[in-house]
Amino acid sequence: MNAHATATPGAKLPVAPPPSLWRLFTAFLMMGATSLGGGVIAYLRTGLVSNYRWLDDETFVELMAISQSLPGLNATNMSILSGDRLRGWRGAFVAALGMCLPGASLMTAAAFAYGVGGDDPLSKAFLHAIAAGAVGLITVVMVQLGAKVLVEIADYAFVALTAVLVAFLHVPVLYALVGVGALAIWWHRPRPKSPHDTQDPQPKGPAS
Amino acid sequence: MKQLLDLATVFGYISLLTVGGGMAAFPELKNLTVDVHHWVTFPELMHYYSLGQLAPGPNMMMVASIGAQVAGLPGAAVVLVAFILPTGLLTFGIGRLWNRLADWPWRPSVQRGLGAVSVGLVLAGGIVLARGALTNTLTVALAVGVFALLILTKINPAIPIVASGLMGIAVYLI
Repeated sequence: MNAHATATPGAKLPVAPPPSLWRLFTAFLMMGATSLGGGVIAYLRTGLVSNYRWLDDETFVELMAISQSLPGLNATNMSILSGDRLRGWRGAFVAALGMCLPGASLMTAAAFAYGVGGDDPLSKAFLHAIAAGAVGLITVVMVQLGAKVLVEIADYAFVALTAVLVAFLHVPVLYALVGVGALAIWWHRPRPKSPHDTQDPQPKGPAS
Repeated sequence: MKQLLDLATVFGYISLLTVGGGMAAFPELKNLTVDVHHWVTFPELMHYYSLGQLAPGPNMMMVASIGAQVAGLPGAAVVLVAFILPTGLLTFGIGRLWNRLADWPWRPSVQRGLGAVSVGLVLAGGIVLARGALTNTLTVALAVGVFALLILTKINPAIPIVASGLMGIAVYLI
């Protein structure tokens, strides 16, 4: 089924009817409990688009674009947006709840376990090495995110400016976000007569 | 009560900074929980972050650990609600407005502008974490190894992350 969908992107798989609230909750609970390794979005796409067929790929990408330009965790934002599309505000609520519940319960339990075993040098060695590995993982995430959004030299300058302000000059993240953000948005302001405009990868929503 | 209120304020604020992912807010998370409020030490914060990598779902559910360490189960609950609810409502509202925003000429500007800044924030978060985590040759090698493996292959990130931890134990035992 998946191979068919990727081979002929024009021919969409029929979208299944929206699930019941309970079905929606259990589906997100399952995805929240099994999405190990940080790539929650990949699990969501497999679940929502390929397996359950509640959303088509076009809608999924559109919701991704909203999730990424807003504050909030990507996985949580995606759960809220797709839950809302499927079952309204109740759907948004149960989807976000299901997504966060397994990880949140485990991490709460982890705090109590850490209080008991956190001073053990073996677990310290384990967790410290994982933090080091996570630095590598974050770098990959940053490179992949950057490949999508960094187009011109000015974009790289905004990246460097933000990172230097926050990591080296200890400017609070909020000021850097608002300050450099305003500058960057102004740099990319709508310019109808500019030749840049034709290259602008303006996303087209299905509604337009 | 004061403590729960502080937790709610800090994590509500931090949640608004997670543009482009939880890592974007890491410098502020470190500053507020370690330096300002002394709720956790920097190594503890890093260890919870590491555990968060191993837990399913969004990685930043590790904020629940900080809440639980400070004020038990109520602390965890307050932190989770403060961390998820404000941005959740914002996303919900904007999600419903989105089709109307589709023709707004500034929308691509906002998307591209914030895109660059969010990469910068993730980079800053990575630098702050690296300062605490990359302390010797082994840890630098692990970071480089995980980076190379994930950029070159399509392996599930959980595998090299767990392998890093096991190598940490192995080197400690030797």
